[in-house]
Amino acid sequence: MTEKIATREAYGKAIVELGNNNKDVVVLDADLSKSTKTALFAKEFPERFFDMGIAEQNMIGTAAGLSLGGKIPFASSFAIFATGRAFEQVRNSVCYPNLNVKIAATHAGVTVGEDGGSHQSIEDIAIMRVLPNMTVIVPADAVEAAQAVHAAAQLKGPCYIRLGRSKVPVIHNDQYQFEIGKAHIARKGEDVTIIACGLMVAEALKAAEGLAQEGIEAMVINAATVKPLDEETILESVKQTGAVVTAEEHSIIGGLGSAVTELLAEHYPVPVKRVGVTDKFGESGSPEELLQHFGLTAEGITAAAKEVIKRKK
Amino acid sequence: MSNYEFLEKKAKTLRKYIVEMITEAGSGHPGGSLSAADIVSVLYFKEMRLDPQQPKWPDRDRFVLSKGHAAPVLYAALAEKGFFPVEQLKTLRKLNSPLQGHPDVKHVPGVEMSTGSLGQGLSAANGMALAGKLDKASWRVHVLLGDGEIQEGQIWEAAMAAAHYKLDNLVAFLDHNGLQIDGAVSNIMSVEPVADKWRAFGWHVIEIDGHNYQQIIAALDEAKGVKGKPTMIIAETVKGKGVSFMENEVGWHGNAPKPEELDQALSELE
Repeated sequence: MTEKIATREAYGKAIVELGNNNKDVVVLDADLSKSTKTALFAKEFPERFFDMGIAEQNMIGTAAGLSLGGKIPFASSFAIFATGRAFEQVRNSVCYPNLNVKIAATHAGVTVGEDGGSHQSIEDIAIMRVLPNMTVIVPADAVEAAQAVHAAAQLKGPCYIRLGRSKVPVIHNDQYQFEIGKAHIARKGEDVTIIACGLMVAEALKAAEGLAQEGIEAMVINAATVKPLDEETILESVKQTGAVVTAEEHSIIGGLGSAVTELLAEHYPVPVKRVGVTDKFGESGSPEELLQHFGLTAEGITAAAKEVIKRKK
Repeated sequence: MSNYEFLEKKAKTLRKYIVEMITEAGSGHPGGSLSAADIVSVLYFKEMRLDPQQPKWPDRDRFVLSKGHAAPVLYAALAEKGFFPVEQLKTLRKLNSPLQGHPDVKHVPGVEMSTGSLGQGLSAANGMALAGKLDKASWRVHVLLGDGEIQEGQIWEAAMAAAHYKLDNLVAFLDHNGLQIDGAVSNIMSVEPVADKWRAFGWHVIEIDGHNYQQIIAALDEAKGVKGKPTMIIAETVKGKGVSFMENEVGWHGNAPKPEELDQALSELE
């Protein structure tokens, strides 16, 4: 059976590695360090860890100031608070001045689970993606999450890394190399392109296997960098397949599905189906139940793939 | 020339630039720029270690204009100090000018942080002060807040954090001119008792006349001796200070003078 690790676990370990490599790396949290896993960094480097208390707006602003003082701040909280509560601070204190602040937010999407809709961020990709200067990364598994953290530290400028609470299958091996702005073709196929991010990449691969048994070959693209979107890889694939499914643990409004359809509408219109949360809030339940409830599954992707193939001329 | 006369002369020059550039721009915020001119004059022409030839000199002192709508007073000080030509002040608020309506760190040498959305500058100043502490640096951070601005909740998050992290390399000024866009601060949303609030949040508080150079300088000197706490200097000021028809007039918060009004203002600032 595939190993399962939460992307937040990978973040916690990666940030400690970064701390060892670079003394300018500092970490801020808003009273959630045990959950976001920044507690690992806090234990190793207490002088470079700042718990800001339950005050996310000030946390983001303080991170901005630390970056102006030459530090590389990683600010962590749950996605709903880091991007929602502190949205205008991210906009005006980080992105507008184009500062070197990394926002590594955990507990994104419905797989927060039992805490319910108030805590399930399904709009964070949308509101981070719309900001000029912002890079948005949604890692698919622990391997990619760890590499994304290192890549973000190398990048000069604002970066949002979207991480999850629940354990997700490890789909990449040690050979995998993540690069910001580069989508990864996880599976080749000619009949339909499935573009996914986060935990939906594993579901997309599962869907593709099932489709293959029915004689449908799906190309699966892991668009881990939602912004800047790897337009070249996506367009090249879509020109071969002529049909697209997008899949994300996020609202179908404003996220990866929107980014892809914006691109296709302007450059290469083809039938598209967006798999995601359909303009609803989340609710309490186990992560698995919720993924089923919202259709964020291989079955959901499979049905969407068949639909867009049917719609091809 | 005595030190005070020198600073007074500089402040007059800043005030002159302020009314000139806002008139030229046709919009802007004269009232809160003028109320802060004496404090800014002391910071830029006496207190802070700066090198206009090297705006990013790592050991420089920092100033964050949290009440970013007072950008004209900052631009005036930076130009007068030599960070960019005084001529450029005429481009305030015009397309392609680095001198945006509110300060933009990306384009203006000497501007330390983009501000203007009220309540955010103190957090950034805290971050700078934390970075300075990590590096055991000797430079200090100064931040200027408006009294209306401290109605923002983020200010109090930052106030807590500055005390919690014992940021004694941080000095805040409160430009306590008593007016905000909709009227008197006391009528819109009272911030009083303001000194007690900052004290309760763990700050060392000094109350001064914000137009008295001796008191501004003494407060800054006192702040340098305070250990383990940030300092808040509550400066009683007059909005529109130096231009008689603007003084204490709420209408001059965000209005540009007409040419004839400029002439009168300049004659008062001779």
